[in-house]
Amino acid sequence: MCGIVGLLVKTPALREQLGALMVPMLIGMTERGPDSAGLAVFSQPLDAAKRKLSLYSGFTPEGDRFDWNGMTAALNGAMNAHAQVDAQGNHAILTLKGDPETVKTWLRAAYPKVSLLSTGRSIDLYKDIGTPAQVAARYDFANLKGSHLVGHTRMATESAVTPDRAHPFTAGEDFCLVHNGSLSNPYGVRRMLEPQGIHFDTDNDTEAACRFLEWRLREGDELPVALQKGFEELDGFYTFLMGTSTELALIRDPFACKPAVVAETDDYVAIASEFRSLAHLPDIKHAKVFEPAPEEMYVWKA
Amino acid sequence: MESVIFDLEKATVREVNQFLHGAPETLEGRQVTVVSPNGAHNLAVGVDAPVQVLIDGHAGYYAGGMNKHATIIVEGSAGTGVAENMMSGKVHVKGFASNGAGASAHGGLLVIDGDAGLRCGISLKGGDIVVGGSVGSFSAFMAQAGRMVICGDAGDALGDSLYEAVLYVRGSVKSLGADARYEEMTDADVSTVRDLLKAAGLNHDPMSFRRIASARTLYHWNADANQEY
Repeated sequence: MCGIVGLLVKTPALREQLGALMVPMLIGMTERGPDSAGLAVFSQPLDAAKRKLSLYSGFTPEGDRFDWNGMTAALNGAMNAHAQVDAQGNHAILTLKGDPETVKTWLRAAYPKVSLLSTGRSIDLYKDIGTPAQVAARYDFANLKGSHLVGHTRMATESAVTPDRAHPFTAGEDFCLVHNGSLSNPYGVRRMLEPQGIHFDTDNDTEAACRFLEWRLREGDELPVALQKGFEELDGFYTFLMGTSTELALIRDPFACKPAVVAETDDYVAIASEFRSLAHLPDIKHAKVFEPAPEEMYVWKA
Repeated sequence: MESVIFDLEKATVREVNQFLHGAPETLEGRQVTVVSPNGAHNLAVGVDAPVQVLIDGHAGYYAGGMNKHATIIVEGSAGTGVAENMMSGKVHVKGFASNGAGASAHGGLLVIDGDAGLRCGISLKGGDIVVGGSVGSFSAFMAQAGRMVICGDAGDALGDSLYEAVLYVRGSVKSLGADARYEEMTDADVSTVRDLLKAAGLNHDPMSFRRIASARTLYHWNADANQEY
């Protein structure tokens, strides 16, 4: 079991409250996923020349006392990255100019225990072990702002309970995926992708789905085409919720073994595994509430 | 007798259910309203008294499960397994119902005004189900007894491995499951559908339904079937 939440605000004024609206949704999914939680939030993209990396220091010996400023100074000393850091305990968002791949290569060499959570112009990503309430408090989710987000509460079945196996998973830039369910062919998918030079960070089944779909998008498929290929290639039980810089997308496997409920008003689209995570959203009584059908694609534009 | 109100912003599901599990003679004819159900699971499960329960909003999983004698109304939608294993009484969902609605119900009537998800009426054992909208795939799988009236469409594999339950469908059927077949509507079928629609408060022409029942070819092992059904 796991819990999924998603929220996309249509009314620009609500962008300021995105995190505050979402925290009760995430905490509402604690029973479905008490061991880890995570969140990807998408906001106004940076200039085309800039990138931001979400980083995690929980695997370093310093943990949440990691010297982010020291790391950033070392990076700026090593290359002309114009890097700036916004740190919070074991988490930091590093904003930089230029080629992010060069920076990532440098980081892997100089700070091998710092994990890269996401890359993009729009996405910030947070995930860690702990209850949803603990993780939300750790990173002050209630104050997050943005246009849309993808969240997850995990009850691990397919791989160990560690921060890097928490969801969301990311691949490429400004793409993330969360999963409720279990895939039966993740290693087959992996064996198909690895010869294309696609690197995996964990043994988690969801990572295979995430990297497969991002690979299709990168190869030029539009999101619906990529999702159709997902239906064909990914075997198992799943509700997937995905985020890009401009949209949220949801699919369920043909047997609809894993739940999802959507509530839509003029102000927002909210998605959760169960209605109890939507019950406290504003004006929910007048929302259009529906259950997404199996093997259908649902895409909402931010 | 006065209505009893539980507000789930303050009360717990356990308090509601413990009240509903009180002595049947004290509950008989009473009206119990659950406000702000907020998708909570297991609401009004295992009731064994002729009591009226109104769930004033969306219910979570297994609402009205194992119901005996009670009339349970869900004003909003219902999650997985609404009225599963119902024995008697009535459960009425005014919105949509998720997967496994009315699973293995032995008796009583389940009415869903909206659509039902997958596996509606799976392993039905004598209950009646009326769905105002459409049902998802694998509905009435291995249904043994009882009746199902589907006013909208049905997904794939309707009535797969059906036993003696009978299905009536008004809309299109994406596919029938193994051993399910269309049969002639008899006068008795028309009157059954008319009665069930009336009990559900739905207004359709009973003649517009088609009957689906078991061809009974799976009742006995056929060594020549070569695993092809």
